Amino acid sequence: MKKLLALVLALAMMLAASAALADGIKVGIVNNPPSESGYREANVKNFEEVFSAENGYETKTAYTLKNDEQLNAARQFITDGVDYLLISAAETTGWEAVLKDAQEQGIGVFLFDRMIDCDPSLYLAAVVSDMAQEGETAVNWLLSLELPEYNVIHIQGAMGSDAQLGRTGALDAQFESGKMNKVIQQTATWDEAEAKKIVESVINAKTPFNVIYAENDGMAKGAVAALDDAGITHGVNGDVVVMGFDCNKWALRELLAGNWNYDGQCSPFQADVIDQMIKTLQAGGQIEGLNEKNQIISVEKGFDARELTEDDIAKYGLGE
Amino acid sequence: MPANKKKSSSGFMQKNSQLLIPLVAILILIIFNLIRDPSFFSIGMVTNNDGYPVLQGNLISIFNGASELVILAMGMTLVTAASGGQDISVGALAAIAGSALVKVLKSTEVITPWTVALGILACCAVAMLFGAFNGTIVSVFRIQPMIATLILFTCGRSIAYWINGGATPTVSSPIITAIGSFIPGCPVPTPILIVIFMGIVLGVLFKTTTLGLYVQTVGINQGAAKLNGINPVAVKLLTFVILGVCCAMAGTIGMSRLSLINHETLLLNVEMDAILAVAIGGNNLGGGKFNLVGSIMGAYAIQALTITLYAMKVPSTDVKAYKAIVIILLVVLGSPVVKEAFRKLKNQISAGRFLKEKGAA
Amino acid sequence: MEDGIVLTMRGICKNFPGVRALQNVDFTLRKGEIHALMGENGAGKSTLIKVLTGVYDKDAGEIHVDGIDGAVTIRSPQDAQDKGISTVYQEITLCPNLSVAENMYIGRQKGMRVQWKEMEKKTGKLLESLSIPARPKQQLGSCSLAVQQMVAIARAVDAECKVLILDEPTSSLDDKEVEMLFSLMRDLRSRGVGIIFVTHFLEQVYAVSDRITVLRNGELVGEYEVQNLPQVELVSKMMGKELEGLSDLDKAASANASSGEAYYEAEGLSSSEAKPFDFRIAKGEVNGFTGLLGSGRSESVRAIFAADRVTGGKVTVDGKVKNITKPIQAMKAGIGYLPEDRKRDGIIADLSVRENIILALQVMKGFFHPLNRKETEEFADEYIKALEIKTANQDTPIKSLSGGNQQKVILARWLLTHPNYLILDEPTRGIDVGTKTEIQRLVLKLAEEGMSVTFISSEIEEMLRTCSRLIVMRDRKIVGELKGKELTQSNVMYTIAGGGKENAC
Repeated sequence: MKKLLALVLALAMMLAASAALADGIKVGIVNNPPSESGYREANVKNFEEVFSAENGYETKTAYTLKNDEQLNAARQFITDGVDYLLISAAETTGWEAVLKDAQEQGIGVFLFDRMIDCDPSLYLAAVVSDMAQEGETAVNWLLSLELPEYNVIHIQGAMGSDAQLGRTGALDAQFESGKMNKVIQQTATWDEAEAKKIVESVINAKTPFNVIYAENDGMAKGAVAALDDAGITHGVNGDVVVMGFDCNKWALRELLAGNWNYDGQCSPFQADVIDQMIKTLQAGGQIEGLNEKNQIISVEKGFDARELTEDDIAKYGLGE
Repeated sequence: MPANKKKSSSGFMQKNSQLLIPLVAILILIIFNLIRDPSFFSIGMVTNNDGYPVLQGNLISIFNGASELVILAMGMTLVTAASGGQDISVGALAAIAGSALVKVLKSTEVITPWTVALGILACCAVAMLFGAFNGTIVSVFRIQPMIATLILFTCGRSIAYWINGGATPTVSSPIITAIGSFIPGCPVPTPILIVIFMGIVLGVLFKTTTLGLYVQTVGINQGAAKLNGINPVAVKLLTFVILGVCCAMAGTIGMSRLSLINHETLLLNVEMDAILAVAIGGNNLGGGKFNLVGSIMGAYAIQALTITLYAMKVPSTDVKAYKAIVIILLVVLGSPVVKEAFRKLKNQISAGRFLKEKGAA
Repeated sequence: MEDGIVLTMRGICKNFPGVRALQNVDFTLRKGEIHALMGENGAGKSTLIKVLTGVYDKDAGEIHVDGIDGAVTIRSPQDAQDKGISTVYQEITLCPNLSVAENMYIGRQKGMRVQWKEMEKKTGKLLESLSIPARPKQQLGSCSLAVQQMVAIARAVDAECKVLILDEPTSSLDDKEVEMLFSLMRDLRSRGVGIIFVTHFLEQVYAVSDRITVLRNGELVGEYEVQNLPQVELVSKMMGKELEGLSDLDKAASANASSGEAYYEAEGLSSSEAKPFDFRIAKGEVNGFTGLLGSGRSESVRAIFAADRVTGGKVTVDGKVKNITKPIQAMKAGIGYLPEDRKRDGIIADLSVRENIILALQVMKGFFHPLNRKETEEFADEYIKALEIKTANQDTPIKSLSGGNQQKVILARWLLTHPNYLILDEPTRGIDVGTKTEIQRLVLKLAEEGMSVTFISSEIEEMLRTCSRLIVMRDRKIVGELKGKELTQSNVMYTIAGGGKENAC
């Protein structure tokens, strides 16, 4: 009888040990599905790469566009006893109870990409983008060109979206201050073909312009197609400066070829920052550099065609 | 028989009064633009970045930009006439078709004319299949077309996403560029040529088959059509399949314009414009008699309006409101109430003239 | 205004482009009379009614209404109603999914508040006083057509009307229902309402009317008291010529043919609507199905043409066994079918006369063999002439033709396919006497040329005149067959009523 008991005990200990060995840091990731956008696709991929078994993590994921499904997934992760919960919420509301639960269980919560309406003490840190900053980075780059005059065709995204508001704001300030000249400001609702039509109408009206500021890569491509049809040169050695956003790989290649001048990015790569913070906490350290809302604002990249390298494309480009 | 002649001339007027609304709309837009900017309709030749001379101007922009809409409006007219309802999934279906084309193009290392031909065939086949799906739900299960096509409207763009798996896959091939913008050496934008081609294809179809008669008969009186040996299910199905081909062509053009497919934005909301084109063309949205030329003119009128608003630099936030105002005016002008009022006015004038002539005699 | 007169119309003129629809027409309606308005299609009856109800503006003339000083101008149907002129149309214009009471008061209550209780009480009273067999809360659609018609009349009468216009109110009613309607009309007459009665049925005119006004080609022929105008004279006044042999059609050829070789033969034919039955028709024979409405006569011929889903039976056409389960197969077997409900199953309303004429032929030729424009024009011209179809031109939409001419177009459609066997279900319903006779003559002529024709009509007399063999149906079964000397009105009645053939002989 004693023998048997010893055997069982030994077995149990062995199991526990092996579990502890294989066990990295347990992480639950709640995100939107990759099909949502090219941005999300890159975002999901980034997290899956960083929080991998090789990097010492045991990761569970849940991807859905529905807030209640996300909430359920988060509760399940808490029940499963994860060490950290990483959330990009579909909606900003309804999360308070779940986050409190997590806090009581001693689970560290990180928000990424999207904020949640709750007390900042409920999460360790939020890694988010500042869309306005993204626009400012781009406009500052444009000002650094020191063109004799700025006649700007401004093609906007879907009116009212975060990206549109952020990317429009910085440029609007320049229009108001009179530093730049608004040739046309029109929304193409992220539609490439519509962007082409808008630029066409400016060309047909024979209004002079030297900058195209398109709020995403697709619309920049549409604008460039209109320039090509009209025989107007563009890019690094051309007459018209072309600016886009999102940093799709194909767009960065256009930069590399000198057809475009600038591509701005709202970074989908928050995984590294969170990874660093978790490692710091595990080592007994403190997270630093947070603002009053416990946020870390991602540094937004902006690529100049003259400085872009193949490595950058591989590292920062979205899509294939 | 002079009396007879007079009657037939009034019959001619009646037949073409349907075209009055789109005609007036286009005319007003032309006059308005000429006053605003006399050079609005000037067409020039420029050399594009590929080194070929091409046409340029607002008129070209209107004809070029309206291409997808015109093609879809033609198909939509047939569906409307036969089934008395509208297909709201055309935008989504065009996205699917375009994605199918991209899928074929991306499957090979080098894009040859054969790849493109195969791709377009595949994209037509896929679109026809989905068209047949819509058509089956409408004709066999007798679901309202708007409800039936709501299915594909909802899930179509997701299907388009699955086909390629990426957000905005791009292709680079001079053949695709030629389809989307200019064939080297030809100064006319290729989409305009495709519209003409589709027009001819449909024209031949009407000439060599009884499609027109059947579609109208089924749309006006399905029961009577059946008793005259027509199979209404087959006729409705056929119109949806034809609309599928139209979606395939629209998707091909839309995708080729920039050599990329953005399944979320490609021809977004085009279904509403297509339905509007059919309505402005004086066609009864409840089915029955149709006039393809009216729908085509309606589509060009809508595009002309968009280009005019761009040219006027109307702020983004106001564009839709302006469009709505113009559309309300057009639709009200074409309404039975206003038409009846016009008819009465015309009768009064002609009666007055009649009496005057009598008095003079 | 003279005593006892509720409505006078004097010198009414109305022109349409190219047509003088009304010329100097007078019309007088007295209190408490039923006044029939008669005329062939195109005589101007409907135009006169439409002028009176404000649908059309008159070009000249005056209208006086009792109780209103001076000439009145009627701007719209609503205006007409306000002035005491109400109309009940052939097609019921009420809402079948609302209750009887709701239909009575819809659009008439004052203010936003609906007083259901009071509304139902009032309706109940009115229905009772007019002995209309309906309950206020009953859904209108669940009433028979006749009762719906009567509710429409009750609604019109309740709106304080002095003049009630009944436009073809009986065309979709059976005999019993017609009698119900007539008693209602008589009741209203005794209450002092002036009724204008527009109909094609001569018998009905003589059954209820006091006076008759006859129009022809937009002109007034005259106003007569019923007892002074024999039926034959009325017909001749309507047609503008002395009647020639209305009753002595020659059907000898058809009678001889009936024993000959069969063109079409069915054994145990059944459809989703018709019980199995046997039927045969010889080449050059004219036979008919008779019976009350709902006896299955239409359903039987529909089964022959496969208009409903065929469920069984063996069909032989011209000696060969054929599978006919779709109309197109019937058409290819040389069968043509003119449906009972012209509006619902026959005409393609918005299409032109030409397109309506060539439709069946075109379908038979097939999808990939469209007739060219010139051919279709020639065909249309040929039949417009042959059948004397009155239309402005070939491009006129068929819906703007009169009922009789629409019927001729459908007839032309089937004649153009050169069928060997033509089924005519109620070809003369709702059309004028002249056209009726023309169609009857045509049927016999076609039979003489070797065509087999099955003819169905609600008017037994008409069937007796044209058919050489009658198949009598009751309760969806064939209950007798009459031919030769057996073909008398009383025999048919007996057989329909259940006496059977043996009793009739």
